[in-house]
Amino acid sequence: MTNSWTDIKNTDLVLIMGGNAAEAHPCGFKWVTEAKANRGAKLIVVDPRFTRSASVADFYAPIRQGTDIAFLLGVINYCLQNGKIQKDYVANYTNASLVVKEGYSYKDGLFSGYDESKRDYDRSTWDYEIGPDGYAVTDTTLQHPRCVFNLLKEHVAQYTPEFVERICGTPKDKFLTVAKMVSETSAPDKVMTSMYALGWTQHSKGSQNIRGMAMLQLLLGNMGLAGGGMNALRGHSNIQGLTDVGLMSNLLPGYLTLPSEKETSLAPYMQTRLFKPLRPDQTSFWQNYKKFFVSFQKAMYGPAATAENDWAFDYLPKLDVTYDVLRAFDLMDQGKMTGYFCQGFNPLLSFPDRGKVTRALSKLKWLVTMDPLETETSRFWENHGKYNEVDSASIQTEVFQLPSTCFAEDEGSLTNSSRWLQWHWPGADAPGEAKSDVWIMAQLWKRLKTAYQKDGGAFPDPIVNLVWNYKNPDDPQPDEIAREVNGYVLADVPDPTDSSKMLLQKGKQVPAFAALRDDGTTACGCWIYSGSFTEAGNMMARRDNKDPGDMGAYLNWAFAWPANRRVLYNRASANLEGQPWDPSRKLIAWDGSKWAGNDIPDIAPTAKPGTVMPFIMNQEGVGKLWVRAGMRDGPFPVHYEPFESPINNPVNPKIKGNPVARVFKEDLARMAENGSKEFPYAATSYRLTEHFHYWTKHVQVNAVLQPEFFVEISEQLAAEKGIKPGGWVKVSSKRGQVEAKAVVTKRIKPLTCDGKTVHVVGIPIHWGFMGAAKKGFGPNSLTPFVGDANIETPEFKAFLVNVEPIPGPVA
Amino acid sequence: MATMELVRRSASSSPAFQPGAQEVAKLIDVSKCIGCKACQAACLEWNDLREEVGFNDGTLNNPHDLTPASFTVMRFTEWENAATGNLEFLIRKDGCMHCSDPGCLKACPAPGAIVQYSNGIVDFDHDKCIGCGYCVKGCPFNIPRISKADNKAYKCTLCSDRVAVGQGPACAKACPTKAISFGTKQEMKDLADKRINDLKSRGYGQAGLYDPPGVNGTHVMYVLHHNDRPSLYAGLPDNPKISTVVELWKGVAKYAGLAFIGLAAVGAAVHHMVAGPNRVSSEDEENAARLKEKA
Repeated sequence: MTNSWTDIKNTDLVLIMGGNAAEAHPCGFKWVTEAKANRGAKLIVVDPRFTRSASVADFYAPIRQGTDIAFLLGVINYCLQNGKIQKDYVANYTNASLVVKEGYSYKDGLFSGYDESKRDYDRSTWDYEIGPDGYAVTDTTLQHPRCVFNLLKEHVAQYTPEFVERICGTPKDKFLTVAKMVSETSAPDKVMTSMYALGWTQHSKGSQNIRGMAMLQLLLGNMGLAGGGMNALRGHSNIQGLTDVGLMSNLLPGYLTLPSEKETSLAPYMQTRLFKPLRPDQTSFWQNYKKFFVSFQKAMYGPAATAENDWAFDYLPKLDVTYDVLRAFDLMDQGKMTGYFCQGFNPLLSFPDRGKVTRALSKLKWLVTMDPLETETSRFWENHGKYNEVDSASIQTEVFQLPSTCFAEDEGSLTNSSRWLQWHWPGADAPGEAKSDVWIMAQLWKRLKTAYQKDGGAFPDPIVNLVWNYKNPDDPQPDEIAREVNGYVLADVPDPTDSSKMLLQKGKQVPAFAALRDDGTTACGCWIYSGSFTEAGNMMARRDNKDPGDMGAYLNWAFAWPANRRVLYNRASANLEGQPWDPSRKLIAWDGSKWAGNDIPDIAPTAKPGTVMPFIMNQEGVGKLWVRAGMRDGPFPVHYEPFESPINNPVNPKIKGNPVARVFKEDLARMAENGSKEFPYAATSYRLTEHFHYWTKHVQVNAVLQPEFFVEISEQLAAEKGIKPGGWVKVSSKRGQVEAKAVVTKRIKPLTCDGKTVHVVGIPIHWGFMGAAKKGFGPNSLTPFVGDANIETPEFKAFLVNVEPIPGPVA
Repeated sequence: MATMELVRRSASSSPAFQPGAQEVAKLIDVSKCIGCKACQAACLEWNDLREEVGFNDGTLNNPHDLTPASFTVMRFTEWENAATGNLEFLIRKDGCMHCSDPGCLKACPAPGAIVQYSNGIVDFDHDKCIGCGYCVKGCPFNIPRISKADNKAYKCTLCSDRVAVGQGPACAKACPTKAISFGTKQEMKDLADKRINDLKSRGYGQAGLYDPPGVNGTHVMYVLHHNDRPSLYAGLPDNPKISTVVELWKGVAKYAGLAFIGLAAVGAAVHHMVAGPNRVSSEDEENAARLKEKA
């Protein structure tokens, strides 16, 4: 989230699209009801199904899954056509005026530089025109034909309300109602918040779905404002923490990136990470990259990381390709990955194309699962009849099932969607032999280190030189790790302005990431978490719920990264002169000498208004309506159909799916063609409020509340296929089939897309063959093995199926 | 609010419920409810109930109905509003309404098995319950359920155990959107007024408070978007009244019955005085012996 859960109470309009907050985030949704009850805020829901969020909405519009970009570009087009943008904000705080260099072009769904054989772009034409001063050229009159503003107008002109209806199936009048309500928040004192979740991410163009809304929010002047922003509702209580500390195959903690195989030493690695400002006087905060990187290496390797050895740069793995989970399972399937650690993860149910997942796991030599629950993955080899039809005798994988503690049985911090690190304490002892994940990892490392020390190996250094300064090396304590993550001082640093004083004192915790240095005198596990455990103590354990400005900031409750800031880009909540766009919702203001207010300013405290622009992380200093080479699939979003779609892409019928999404050949062969007669219905998967992923089916109470796997279909499809409510159906895709009860509902209605009737089939995710609930299937038996072009999130939200009534099992 | 003085008990002569300042109420704002079933989970857990894992019947309702172990269930209704052309997904938390004039209590023949407290809560005393099921017949909302395990009637207690120590019901505590509130009846009416104004401003002209006069009002009330048509919400009675059979049973019939019993007693006394005590004849003894052999 750019803002926070508690900030949602400040909004005038909530748009839930690409998510279903009331069902999947019922506790957070309370802030929507607060905004509605106390501010008179309106709620719009745009979704293929009339969800429980829609049940409390002021307006609902249907949309076909996988067409959000067309809808959003349609709204942008509407706002531009009707002059409904926040003009001062757009002119000053976005890159609307920057001029794109010649050679960049867009036509029929493709940008300049496309290479079909590589399924990739040469992105060299995607850049600004650079002037003789070394900065990007601007045209503040917005007249230049190649300024971003005019390129955007041209790009979205195709997305008329009629074209939106043709692609999305959203009736024109409903689309226009939404567009009008949204466009009203272009007034400087009106704000909209965007709440989205996996409904936008789990697509082959998920990143661009989110870009589409970010662009709209910039045009409306809603980024950085209280009650505004882009608010990703994270699906696990600590999934924000997972990405923050870099548990991604291509990341280091704090969104630093792993080197590529071409970056064989620190100099070339840093060369591509200089982040020189593209406009004069701009912050471009990533210029500090090296301080964070060196401090991270010092936290990992201590004295073994020196200036002479490039701070142990060689210890880092170098990527030839990305090793996302889709690739990992593909490598397993090819027999190239023979061992797998599965920590808090149940891929047998949560990864696409279950048949392939089972096959891949069966080829492993060993599998380790670390989980508080008996996951299906840990029992993938066990035959459970039709629910897990495997030949156990033929599977040779050795499985080690390590029971671990759950969140309520251990101490530590969880990072929520609001970026708040909240410390928690155990509520109960762990049962049986369960051990904390930290204890298990410590034992593993200890044995690996001993083995390397004894037997040597190709490259023991990164293992044997790992810093391990814990009181009990067998059982590092959460507060010890939290202190490392915050960062500490390795050597005294004198104050350059007064040599009698110390800037930093050896052995102390660093107060904030601003203190981190690239000379090896500081260590820090994750720079964005700096400030969370300082000399003043554990900031994450704070529980003061006073809110002096009544802005939902709660600055003394837990710790929000970065720097305890509650609303990112909050400099943009004030006008060019530094005064709030809406004085009744003040976050920060310029008092003549510094920035101050109800939040921690997201700008240097003394940066003069009008000079330093609000988007300090960007080299431009402003928000990006058009991105340079940052996105693999284009500087603007384009509507691409899902890889399995009931229609051909109206933008360009020749393009299947996202043209740069990586897809393995064998998997492409396991996909239905567009408009398939064999698999004619558009399916989507989702969560139900009664359950949390694959966990709560192990809990008797939750199993009572939603006991049995079902699929949802419209009354029309039920009538067409002779399916009775509560009757049994078989749902099949090109990759597999499931059996389910049928919920026949008015909440799903057939859509008309490109002149064709499209039936939507809804498939919830919560059933498997372990636990208290009835045995059942999951949509991953059906979904295709393809991910987003930028971050490889699997396309769970849009695929093709067939549905047939079947006789029920004999009782 | 925490006063739990018993003011009325079944099958006993006691005055009618007197509304007063200590009256409590639970307000269920249907327009804020998202159907998450946290209230159902909280109810199961606080009351330590173990419901069976059921099956899907083609709806989101689960359990499908109230049971001796499920004192509350969400009832989902999909309604096409012809006036607006919009679909409405109406979600109502069903359970005991804690009537001021409780049909269950009136119908109950077991002394003290159903009681009413001065704060309005209607509670069942299972030690005294005889499992006759008259409370089910007496309830205009079809709430109590008879357990097959112990043949006793069960329903929501409005968490009388929690209220007695100054806490609200478990469901209200668990509700994430504050769709369930708890306080004095007056506080809840005031809160409802605010909510109704908000709903009216959003186009629900018939929004209102469901506090049905047919049972002298209830201590569980609803804010409804369509208060002119309560039955839209999974058959919530438009105008609930205690069944005339129960009214007769406890009204005219009760006094007629009492009069009959009285007359019978008088008759017996007169008979005794005139004919003397009954004597057991040898014929009676023989009959009794035969019956004993058969058994």
